[in-house]
Amino acid sequence: MSEAPEFRDPKAIAGLIHEIKTLAEDVDHQVTLMEVCGTHTHAVAQAGLRQMLPKGVRLISGPGCPVCVTPVDYLDRALALADLPNTTICTFGDLMRVPSSLSSLEEAHADGKPIEIVYSPRDALDKARANPHQRIVFLAVGFETTVPTIAAAIAEAEATDVDNFLILPGNKVMPPPMRALVEDQELKVDGFLLPGHVSVLTGWECFRFLAEDYDVPGAVVGFAPADVMRGVADLLRQARAGTAEITNLYSRVVSSSGNQVAAKIVEKFFEPVATIWRGFGEIPGSGLGLRSKYSHRDAGLIEVELPPPHEPEGCACGDVLRGVIDPPECSLFGTACQPATPVGACMVSSEGTCAAWYRHERLTGVNR
Amino acid sequence: MCLAIPMVLEERTEFEGVVELDGIRRNISLMLLPDAEVGEHVLIHAGYAIGSVNAEEAAETLELLREYADNMADL
Amino acid sequence: MKKKTPDRLLLAHGSGGRLTHELVTGTFLPALDNPFLACLSDAAILPELPPGRPALTTDGFVVDPPVFPGGDLGYLSVCGTVNDLSVAGARPLWLTWGLILEEGADGDLISTCTEGTARAASEAGIQIVAGDTKVVPRGKGDRIYAVTAGLGVVPPGREISDHRIEEGDVVIASGPLGDHGATIMATRHGLDTGDLCSDAAPLTGLIESVFDAGIDIHSMHDPTRGGVLTVCNEVAERSGKQIVLTETAIPVQPQVRAVCEVLGLQILGLACEGRVLAWVSADQADRALEAFHNHPQGRGAAIFARVEGSTEGEIPVVMETEVGSTRPLDMLSGTDLPRIC
Repeated sequence: MSEAPEFRDPKAIAGLIHEIKTLAEDVDHQVTLMEVCGTHTHAVAQAGLRQMLPKGVRLISGPGCPVCVTPVDYLDRALALADLPNTTICTFGDLMRVPSSLSSLEEAHADGKPIEIVYSPRDALDKARANPHQRIVFLAVGFETTVPTIAAAIAEAEATDVDNFLILPGNKVMPPPMRALVEDQELKVDGFLLPGHVSVLTGWECFRFLAEDYDVPGAVVGFAPADVMRGVADLLRQARAGTAEITNLYSRVVSSSGNQVAAKIVEKFFEPVATIWRGFGEIPGSGLGLRSKYSHRDAGLIEVELPPPHEPEGCACGDVLRGVIDPPECSLFGTACQPATPVGACMVSSEGTCAAWYRHERLTGVNR
Repeated sequence: MCLAIPMVLEERTEFEGVVELDGIRRNISLMLLPDAEVGEHVLIHAGYAIGSVNAEEAAETLELLREYADNMADL
Repeated sequence: MKKKTPDRLLLAHGSGGRLTHELVTGTFLPALDNPFLACLSDAAILPELPPGRPALTTDGFVVDPPVFPGGDLGYLSVCGTVNDLSVAGARPLWLTWGLILEEGADGDLISTCTEGTARAASEAGIQIVAGDTKVVPRGKGDRIYAVTAGLGVVPPGREISDHRIEEGDVVIASGPLGDHGATIMATRHGLDTGDLCSDAAPLTGLIESVFDAGIDIHSMHDPTRGGVLTVCNEVAERSGKQIVLTETAIPVQPQVRAVCEVLGLQILGLACEGRVLAWVSADQADRALEAFHNHPQGRGAAIFARVEGSTEGEIPVVMETEVGSTRPLDMLSGTDLPRIC
């Protein structure tokens, strides 16, 4: 086990729940907390944590699943690239089943298209090295935890003259959509559980704006059950006291300024660009594009024919991602859209809000 | 998008390392964590070490959790 | 018989002529040596079956990589077939072994798999009585596939069926779960598994020893593809009774847990190829567990789940988690892909 047993100790969890219940009684309104990390969505669901919270505490999921917020035209472009001669697509497994306008990577693979699942961008780089006559395109999705690994792979490609290694840029960063969330009139979030591993790279200071500009508290937490519960307790404490601070509860790996080595490598190759988030539309400065100096590595510049973008009818992924509705409020949830037959991205990804809800929350019913 | 696991850095060269967890070993890159020391716990994500575990902070957190557990036993 | 295996498979090795004959007599017969095969006739004429009801199963084997820590495709092909019969309550007797080989496949690989088959047959106490070999052009296969059929007999008075499962039954796992699946996934993704290896093994001896101890087993299944998740969901559906797992009671080795953490896989979705899940009544639980423990293959056995009431209006399979909550356990939808997110 990678984390010590104390993080899953039922007695420690019970102690935290006791504290949460006591704190919740002291707050005169329902407290809505949002997590913005797919791994938190998954961790909460796996441990059945939501059902242990008192009625006064509502935990919702935001746009924390990078697969779910990737717009359909990114997948369309990836599939179009797979059709080009001498081109192989390398991707994280998470993207395989996400629906594009017409198909999915999984279906294209079944049709014989050159698509491979990799665990690391290095695997894609190794493939490029081993196949100098093939153009290898790595589907670059993921947030700040993953971006440096992609930048490092590009750095290695540059240093060792592996010219046939490209990426299709699709990486996103968290602070801009969070700003959009707190500015959203439809949504009232009393506190954020902040993404622990993003914070390892960025440092927790990058979330300070929530407290300073918007008076919304945040707690940086890890992914074990006890980590999440400590975060809930802290945010309730802040709600009761009316404070707005960013507390670092994942101090065993998170510092205030993060991984500077990683930041430098990212900065060398990437720059902020506007990008579309499913459910949000275009958010300025929320994506990472390759700097023009490295345009030879940008598969997004390759001309391809794209189908007209098509989102499935009735799909409410956008509203789910903004935390405006819970999955059961989508008309397709549990009927047309299930993990076995997913319609939208939120159900496809094992970290998607809808998938997590369907799989792990059915026992508890409604969260509201 | 944060699946990262703490593993022990068993050996290293300038840019590469071997990490271990419960008998499972993997080759990883230290490009993002060049100062990692053999013997320390490092966080592994997508084949790279992205951060290291601060042993003192970890111990403090564990102690805190043990207190929660003990308090529940007393209730 | 002189053993001689070609360096690599040619199409001609499957065309039924001289090369096929040489492959059969040079590689397969020496390893799988028995009177049925030795006559090389079109069909094996078997003796009369022992008393009881005949049981027949079929299985296909396409594991990648075909050689892995703890076994190979050949060894697996016998274990899988024998275990299908054993968990149905049958005593396995005779297997058929059909191979679909790819042009260009390495001769040593075929040898290794054949020896694995022979070893498993010996361990399981069965004979391979009929075989077939085809060779497909390069690119139309994946080195070696095996397809088997297995014939056994369910002794009189023995009834293994999900319909015998009752409220209050407990579920015993014969050993730590997921070793095979974790080994395969780790090997495929470049993880060094240390001393973790596949759990592939014939279960007949273990299962018969539990019957011999006087235990009345209601139902059994081996959690192969889809793992415990698939078995429990299917059993809950067929029996109409809910299954409740206790997370802290699930036997899992630390290395398997580590592989799952590193690759983002679910332990309960991993395949086992040498484990059985057995449903017995609550009053037999202790004696049944003891019977498992008394057999070398059952030392790690543990009761990890219980059967509750009707699934009507309930989630069919749930788990009481370590932290004190309860959550549904569904089958895997699609393959369990290594997660990064």
